[in-house]
Amino acid sequence: MAINLKGSSFEGWRRENGRMGVRNHVIILPVDDLSNAAAEAVANNIKGAMAIPHAYGRLQFGADLELHFRTLIGTGCNPNVAAVIVIGIEPGWTGKIVEGIAASGKPVEGFAIEQNGDLNTIMNASRAAYKMVKHASKLRKVKAPLQELWVSTKCGESDTTSGLASCPTVGNAFDKLWEAGHTLVFGETTELTGGEHLVAARCKTPEIREKFMAMFDRYQGVIEANKTSDLSDSQPTKGNIEGGLTTIEEKALGNIQKIGKKCLVDGVLDKAEVPTGPGLWFMDSSSAAAEMVTLCAASGYAVHFFPTGQGNVIGNPILPVIKLTANPRTQRTMSEHIDVDVTGLLQKRMNMDDAGEALLDCMIRTADGELTAAELLGHREFSLTRLYESA
Amino acid sequence: MTIHFVVHDEGDSVGVVVVEGLSASNRINGWIMDQDKMIEFDAKSDIPIGHKLAIKPIKKGDTIIKYGIDIGRAIADIAPGEHLHVHNVKTKRW
Repeated sequence: MAINLKGSSFEGWRRENGRMGVRNHVIILPVDDLSNAAAEAVANNIKGAMAIPHAYGRLQFGADLELHFRTLIGTGCNPNVAAVIVIGIEPGWTGKIVEGIAASGKPVEGFAIEQNGDLNTIMNASRAAYKMVKHASKLRKVKAPLQELWVSTKCGESDTTSGLASCPTVGNAFDKLWEAGHTLVFGETTELTGGEHLVAARCKTPEIREKFMAMFDRYQGVIEANKTSDLSDSQPTKGNIEGGLTTIEEKALGNIQKIGKKCLVDGVLDKAEVPTGPGLWFMDSSSAAAEMVTLCAASGYAVHFFPTGQGNVIGNPILPVIKLTANPRTQRTMSEHIDVDVTGLLQKRMNMDDAGEALLDCMIRTADGELTAAELLGHREFSLTRLYESA
Repeated sequence: MTIHFVVHDEGDSVGVVVVEGLSASNRINGWIMDQDKMIEFDAKSDIPIGHKLAIKPIKKGDTIIKYGIDIGRAIADIAPGEHLHVHNVKTKRW
């Protein structure tokens, strides 16, 4: 029987800014690569705290630096996070990120390593993390209408079964969520190549269409300027080709199935930008799985749908990633990575509505606290998008 | 009845193999999703799961149609039932 989305609710944590989260993480967020060691030491000292190490944050400038700040601040502000410790090599940029997260009302403290050294920083940050985890563990879940759940999507290691069945399953669920007033996002700008006209036709207004096409054309310019002969083995990837996808156009047409048949594109977002209202948003983004999912988390999304063909194993530190596949070989050989099995679609044992309902049911269970395959297996891929070289 | 390959739309040039271990000369069943019709075919190649077979005669230079839309061009002639992939089809973009 169909889930009554408008009449459903979930239990999560109401954050200071009003947003509802489905996890209650205390994160130790390094500003830069140099601060990973201290962040990991703090997370090792205090159980229930999680470090999110990454490779960047030094000598970036201009739009690339703004994106770095926006992604880290957005990660801290995500409603799946209860409290944040920020550690940077120096106090300036550390303070900037602390300030950005504090604007959401969330508990946050910053620590700089220069003039202190790793050991004093680790001690001071561990004492703060100790209090934050204690505080977070005392927060109680509350009930909220299901439409407060923000849902993102991106597919990966796609093959032909993605376009036939697992992406249309997300599309079926997205059509229903869109009608019920949820806040949704998709992206993967270059992976729309060959089907960009289909997305353009779904844009709600001519202004949105124009913005979408400007984002699409800009990204095509990046490809044209940097490609060698073609993008063979990059787009489609080696894994896509192994899975039977032949051209970028074929891959894109499968990818686009994720936005269903009915929902309209209500607006466009820059990378890691927070949407201003409900509806389906397009985010100009890389098509690399960890980069895109990291950007979705930074935009404030609380649950992610990830269709896979050949078996991408991705997770995210703070955003639960629900994986689904229609490929019977992937389901047979990698079932520990799959949350929703839709292989029945290709043998007519299941119809698209049943598949969409199975995904929505998994979404509600995940929102209520059931762990995803990626969470159980410890997948915490956090990949920052870079726009160009450091200074 | 096992479905061996699936076609999005009856106007498409290709179907997708959805079972493991498909061999040349197998008699195979195809399901056309959009029109919900079944067709029968002889496979002319060993085709891995997820890979495509031509369901129409294709000449070098022809446009390949899947989802009712252009997905690239043939760089060789391809007979119905033959494996269709990066060795005989290329993108028109990039």
